Amino acid sequence: MDTTITLHVDGEERVLTVDTRTTLLDALRDRLGSTSPKKGCDHGQCGACTVLLDERRVLSCLSLAVAHDGARVTTAAGLAARDELHPVARAVLDHDGLQCGYCTPGQVCSAVGMLAEAGAGWPSHATEDLTAAVELDDAEIRERMSGNLCRCGAYANIVAAIREVSG
Amino acid sequence: MRPFDYERPARASEAVAAVAADPGARFLAGGTNLVDHLKLGVSAPTALVDVRDALDDTVQALGDGGVRIGAGVPNSDLAAHPEIRRRYPVLSAALLAGASGQLRNMATTGGNLLQRTRCVYFQDVTTPCNKREPGSGCSALEGHGRDNAVLGASEFCVATHPSDMAVALCALEARVRVLGPDGERTVPLDHFHRLPGAAPERDTVLSHGDLVTAVELPPPPEAARTAYRKVRERASYAFALVSVAAVVRVRGGRFVDAHIAFGGLAHAPWRARRAEEALRGRPVTEEAFRVAADTELAGARPGRDNAFKVPLAVNTLASVLRELTEEVR
Ligand SMILES: Cc1cc2nc3c(=O)[nH]c(=O)nc-3n(C[C@H](O)[C@H](O)[C@H](O)COP(=O)(O)OP(=O)(O)OC[C@H]3O[C@@H](n4cnc5c(N)ncnc54)[C@H](O)[C@@H]3O)c2cc1C
Ligand code: SF4
Ligand code: FES
Ligand code: FES
Repeated sequence: MDTTITLHVDGEERVLTVDTRTTLLDALRDRLGSTSPKKGCDHGQCGACTVLLDERRVLSCLSLAVAHDGARVTTAAGLAARDELHPVARAVLDHDGLQCGYCTPGQVCSAVGMLAEAGAGWPSHATEDLTAAVELDDAEIRERMSGNLCRCGAYANIVAAIREVSG
Repeated sequence: MRPFDYERPARASEAVAAVAADPGARFLAGGTNLVDHLKLGVSAPTALVDVRDALDDTVQALGDGGVRIGAGVPNSDLAAHPEIRRRYPVLSAALLAGASGQLRNMATTGGNLLQRTRCVYFQDVTTPCNKREPGSGCSALEGHGRDNAVLGASEFCVATHPSDMAVALCALEARVRVLGPDGERTVPLDHFHRLPGAAPERDTVLSHGDLVTAVELPPPPEAARTAYRKVRERASYAFALVSVAAVVRVRGGRFVDAHIAFGGLAHAPWRARRAEEALRGRPVTEEAFRVAADTELAGARPGRDNAFKVPLAVNTLASVLRELTEEVR
């Protein structure tokens, strides 16, 4: 079944007709040419497809496009302001937080979403006292970023990059 | 993937009517389990009824001091909710031990309860599986069996229920509010998920068209200490091999009472009533922890690959009880 939907992708309004079976990830990449979200596993296991949907980090591979008619989608590419990289992306570059770079857009979107969650005082599995203020030490960063896998194993530098931005 | 219609009703009653009228229709919530199953061919609905506008997504105080959690509340928001963190920390802890930040932002309270087993054969349509295709056989009996159930399984299915949240809800004696074609009803969480018996295709007591609208929690027991402990193959982002949710009360060096549930051991969150009984009124000692855990696991029937789950469950429960009673011994 075809349905016409509107997505606001990285600040641009896009109207498209999709089959109800189309995931948000495929709509972004194949239909709208927005290729910064990557398809790693396509089953919710790797985080490469992470985008911000109305400011929250989500997996676009497990989201149906029709279910997000009218949504604001921010990809890693859209986080950059004109020619300035987003501070998280800048820090990942500065810290060599990547090798092949395939996981990087997902890592960056996830980190931006995660920093907002921590800023709102959300605890994590690594938080000792669930009612205390959040302090983003390395254990917290690793736990909160555990949904983003990196086959190149750039984790140590990704953590360092996020620590710098959060500090 | 089979083509399907999509609709997004504004009311729960409309969603129920839409699914009840079409045997091929399914509710869609966060989609983190169902969309995966569409891709895998495990589920092939003719229509999806998106319930996110229809379901309550708030946490409300109840008159008796408990809370009502709308079935649309995302897992992340529930875990972070100030009242849940303060009064029901075992529930926050269980939610935070599950999945990833992205998945918790999408997953809902109702969908989490209704998520299906992660049995590898259930998810692989090329293999026999009684749960996916009744009568086809159970590949897990002779196959990869590390994740299999050790309690309450049957010759038809040895799958485990994967939810962390449901284990905490079980120990908290939650009630599930259900809206069906014939009206509303309340099901105690303890009786919500089924044991497989001869009908493993049915995970829960719900019928087609039944919609979970809320989960209600009674007030937390006064002065209780609580914990959720999850044992898994890696430190994060993995399903439980064994998990324990415990709500215990101690006075004068003795257990007043304990509410305990296990995850990873059975087709449903496993309420450990035998262990609870063994602890009631007993002095807080290492021996009491052991006896309680051993009593509960005495009925375990492990297979070739999962015998480790029995001592793991015993040790995990004993360790949780030790931690929760440290200050009073
Ligand atoms: C990689 C990965 C790792 C994960 N790790 C964990 C983990 O460690 N621990 C854990 O507990 N979970 C884990 N999960 C599972 C996750 O918690 C569930 O997928 C999620 O909770 C399902 O909620 P949803 O809203 O997305 O449900 P959906 O996928 O939308 O629906 C799931 C099922 O519930 C039905 N349904 C949905 N809402 C209702 C309702 N209100 N009433 C009746 N039926 C309904 C749907 O028809 C469908 O059959 C993991 C998932 C993934 C992909
Ligand atoms: S254990 Fe249950 S879900 Fe797994 S293959 Fe057997 S019948 Fe299917
Ligand atoms: S592509 Fe979405 S999680 Fe891997
Ligand atoms: S940089 Fe290659 S996968 Fe992470």
